[in-house]
Amino acid sequence: MPRPHGGRLVDRLTPPATFEKVRSEAAELTKLDVSEELRLDLENTAFGLYSPLTGPMNRDEYLTVLSKGRLGNDLPWTIPILLDVSDEKAAEFSVGDRLSLVCEGEPFAVMDVQEKYGWDRKAHCESIYRTLDPAHPGVAKTHEMKETLVGGCVEVYEPSPGKFPKYRLKPRETRFLFREKGWRTVAGFQTRNAPHIGHEYVQKTALAFVDGLFINPLIGKKKSGDFTDEVILETYEEVIRHYFLRNSATMVTLEMEMRYAGPKEAIHHAIVRKNYGCSHFIVGRDHAGVGTYYGPFEAQEIFEDYPDLGIMPIFFRNFFHCKKCGGPQNDKICPHGAEDHVNYSGTKMRSLLLEGKRPDETMMRPEVVDAILRHKEPFNP
Amino acid sequence: MSEDKVPVMIPRSLYQKIEEKIAGTSFTTVEEYVALLLENEFPEETEYSEEEEALIRERLRKLGYIE
Repeated sequence: MPRPHGGRLVDRLTPPATFEKVRSEAAELTKLDVSEELRLDLENTAFGLYSPLTGPMNRDEYLTVLSKGRLGNDLPWTIPILLDVSDEKAAEFSVGDRLSLVCEGEPFAVMDVQEKYGWDRKAHCESIYRTLDPAHPGVAKTHEMKETLVGGCVEVYEPSPGKFPKYRLKPRETRFLFREKGWRTVAGFQTRNAPHIGHEYVQKTALAFVDGLFINPLIGKKKSGDFTDEVILETYEEVIRHYFLRNSATMVTLEMEMRYAGPKEAIHHAIVRKNYGCSHFIVGRDHAGVGTYYGPFEAQEIFEDYPDLGIMPIFFRNFFHCKKCGGPQNDKICPHGAEDHVNYSGTKMRSLLLEGKRPDETMMRPEVVDAILRHKEPFNP
Repeated sequence: MSEDKVPVMIPRSLYQKIEEKIAGTSFTTVEEYVALLLENEFPEETEYSEEEEALIRERLRKLGYIE
């Protein structure tokens, strides 16, 4: 199992012994409202998913991430974790103050303010998204952010249970789980989809040379037409139950906002999985991409710049059903031509399912289809 | 060389390949790169107190992750 990123798993959760003290202290502090997405980032920091970060980034750290894709100590880091406030709100507190962080009226954390600073949205978008196009969801989100950034150290005393408490484990728990299962090597697989045969093929190919598979669906805001989170979890449960060796795969959710930053986000996703305890991370075509902003394999190529990442990427290019081979194949191993290849088209499977029709069994497992069709509304409106 | 380090001999041709590989990266020496690779081969286990271990085991059992 790899060491956590930076060597030590961060734990910024209030221990039970001081819970009451911190909670009552928070009631007296200046309150700062944060969005649900920001709350997730802060909780993820406290859980250790963003180790070695202990809170939203200070200025120097943020600028190093923009310019080098690394933290000040040279550790790989590509996605800034930021807390933005309006100038008016920033005037209400000073560096050195402790704030009470509140989400939808619910206080959940305290933060020691280390720095307040202005920032350049254009430089941010150019570095992280490599575009200034306001149609890019990450760029659009950047322009919605407020004028002042606040750096500091966070302590979460009331973490939200999560959308699916049963599947929400912290890195200390997943590392323990891997040890209990006797998994020395684990491949992390990120998903935002119900599994089709192509996904299963990729996962099993990875499993051929690691001890365990860590299926890690990303829970959070999705695009219209995407499978709902409930459908994703249920369909994966079916596949794990019916098509994986017992004790070879497990599933834990990751509640985190997608940035659609393509290559840079792929590195971030790998770091998070390293902190969970994964030794390998599966990176497919156009990982974390959107539209045509990034080349189809740029999210794989960027790993060349990070030989010191400490988690091994496993790259997959194109995979498809080959009629001649009679099963799933990829372009590195199948000798047959395009006329024999049928792509695992999510769009096509979705439109069939929307009509209540069943995709072919070479495309999707019948148990997965059943689980999808059990839902009246399997897709996000 | 500090007292807590020891030399290891590797073929010169391999050393040169590593030098080429780390050129332009954050590694300043071949030793740093080789040490990182070896640390990944012999990682340290996450440590748990007995109390924490019992709590985590119980939670994982309740959630169905372990029996």
